[in-house]
Amino acid sequence: MSLDATDLLTMYRTMLRIRLFEERVDELVLKGQIHGTTHLYIGMEAVAVGVCSALLPQDYITSTHRGHGHCIAKGADLGRMMAELLGRETGYCKGKGGSMHIADLEQGNLGATGIVGSGIPVATGAALAVQMRKESRVVACFFGDGAANSGAFHESLNLAAIWRLPVVFICENNQYAMSGSAREMFPIPKIAERAAAYGIPGVTVDGNEVLAVHAAVVDAVTRARRGDGPTFLICETYRWKGHSRSDANRYRTKEEIAAWQARCPIARLRAHLEGKGILDGQTAAVIERDVEEELAKAIQFAQDSPIPTLEGVEADLYA
Amino acid sequence: MREITYKQAIQEALREEMRRDERVFLMGEDIGVYGGAFGVTLGLLEEFGKDRVRDTPISELGIVGAAAGAALLGMRPVVEIMFMDFTTLALDQLANQAAKMRFMFGGKARVPMVLRAPQGAGTGAAAQHSQSLEALFVHFPGLKVAMPSTPADAKGLLKAAIRDDNPVVFIEHKLLYNRKGPVPEGEHVVPLGQADVKRPGRDLTIIAVSAMVPKALAAAETLAGEGIEAEVVDPRSLVPLDEGTILDSVRRTGRALIIHEACRTGGVGAEILARIVEEAFDYLDAPVRRLAGRDLPIPYSKELERQVIPQEEDIVREARRLVRGRADGA
Ligand SMILES: Cc1ncc(C[n+]2csc(CCOP(=O)(O)OP(=O)(O)O)c2C)c(N)n1
Ligand SMILES: [Mg+2]
Repeated sequence: MSLDATDLLTMYRTMLRIRLFEERVDELVLKGQIHGTTHLYIGMEAVAVGVCSALLPQDYITSTHRGHGHCIAKGADLGRMMAELLGRETGYCKGKGGSMHIADLEQGNLGATGIVGSGIPVATGAALAVQMRKESRVVACFFGDGAANSGAFHESLNLAAIWRLPVVFICENNQYAMSGSAREMFPIPKIAERAAAYGIPGVTVDGNEVLAVHAAVVDAVTRARRGDGPTFLICETYRWKGHSRSDANRYRTKEEIAAWQARCPIARLRAHLEGKGILDGQTAAVIERDVEEELAKAIQFAQDSPIPTLEGVEADLYA
Repeated sequence: MREITYKQAIQEALREEMRRDERVFLMGEDIGVYGGAFGVTLGLLEEFGKDRVRDTPISELGIVGAAAGAALLGMRPVVEIMFMDFTTLALDQLANQAAKMRFMFGGKARVPMVLRAPQGAGTGAAAQHSQSLEALFVHFPGLKVAMPSTPADAKGLLKAAIRDDNPVVFIEHKLLYNRKGPVPEGEHVVPLGQADVKRPGRDLTIIAVSAMVPKALAAAETLAGEGIEAEVVDPRSLVPLDEGTILDSVRRTGRALIIHEACRTGGVGAEILARIVEEAFDYLDAPVRRLAGRDLPIPYSKELERQVIPQEEDIVREARRLVRGRADGA
């Protein structure tokens, strides 16, 4: 998949949509309009966009508690997402799921989970269904560094490897699982080394470099579609914000955060596009204004949407 | 007596038991510098160091099993599982190992461990972070199950749990963490298996657990204003269950209302109801009633979340119906 100027501008726009969406969410949480917690994707935009830009519309993803970026990159509507966060009837889950459980089955988003690591077996099963039906789709499975220490991770990678399933395991190594730093929670310097235990390729990329992520996923997806099985891809990135709303950041330094912020994935893509003459200040301003407008509409839509009532609450329990 | 929060009371029990007995140590995710997701262990790392306040990777099965193994050799681990919902990931080690080793091995082993976890809805954390799972643990013989509703009970029961030679599941509630109450300083142990009458009354017995206890007490106040005197009994531990205190109360009042947040079907309310019917049927003036969470995962939307679990007004309504045969306050 080679990227032309339009593709690159779309990627830039999508990254910005994720960033600004999350900034609005942060504000709404502070204003008390969002009940419950949220886990913001700010700083990690290049991963979701790099991955999803390498997928076809019919491919699937599984998402995580930090999933807003995955949803947006896979094509979700910001209004319905916002409505879900505000607990409205028009949200992706009719207000029943909330921030941690957005699923957008029509766009191939098989859903987010709040149980760390639990999306990995589900992605593996989805890939099994694809293989058994002899389809050419692939499943991109997002999870964090923390999830890579769960039993589910190891069992699933082994299953996917012995069955050569069309799945790409994407570890978003944002260096922390809450306060648990990857440095302390892994006995090896490179998480990718774990791939060797399952006889599959283990690839590490700069997760703040959207084109690098994209290229690595194109390779992995090609392998998967060929029937050569899974790839374990580690995207090195960083979570700018606290883990969730109640994080005092006691486990890391301001300097460390600033150093990673200086490697902003959006600023980097913008510099790259400006260097190539694809983007200039004026176009960038237009894109930003468009996105701001889209977001204002999304928030308005959510706020104007009805709050679900108890009537019919049981309807979605069984098929 | 000085008042501290439920959260502080739990921390005090941990601190005192760790000072008292070197074999006591903690394992859990983010319990060190972060202080635990709800801040319960904040400051313990500074006093006891990394060896005894062990931050773990996200590996619930591994750490609960490691606790069972360490306990088998005489250590006294206390594991924090960040949300009750995640104990399901550790169930094999808890239910098939920790709970059964002593019995399977013919009484030769001891597994003195505690698994602490907060449960309950009310924080907008949705279906995978809001469940109330006590019924699950009660169903594994070999486990003990404590479920305190006040800061003093939290401290006293946790100390008893840590000193117990059996695996104890210690159930906390997120909405109780910041509630204050009087707590004795120093040695204060509440034995497992002793219910507490939180409020005396003659007209009906309300049996409530965990965060339903303060709601039941508030409802009892309202009811008292209408001339209905409710007795509120808190079992405090479900295994062992102090059947005697519950039955005594029901025999006196002739009416029983059982309240829990966990969903109704298969809930501990069914067990308590069965025991009342088996042992005190002749004393009943009305059918025993249960008020429980709906048989649903907890929904995210704030109002729905509130409506699927029992609230104070529901308790008042049920109590009226039980005593007067009608739900309104007239
Ligand atoms: C099984 C399980 N254990 C613990 C948690 C609590 N928790 C939520 S997110 C998180 C950290 C996850 O880290 P990582 O997988 O690296 O994802 P990140 O949050 O960094 O994106 C933890 C411990 C959980 N949700 N599920
Ligand atoms: Mg992480």
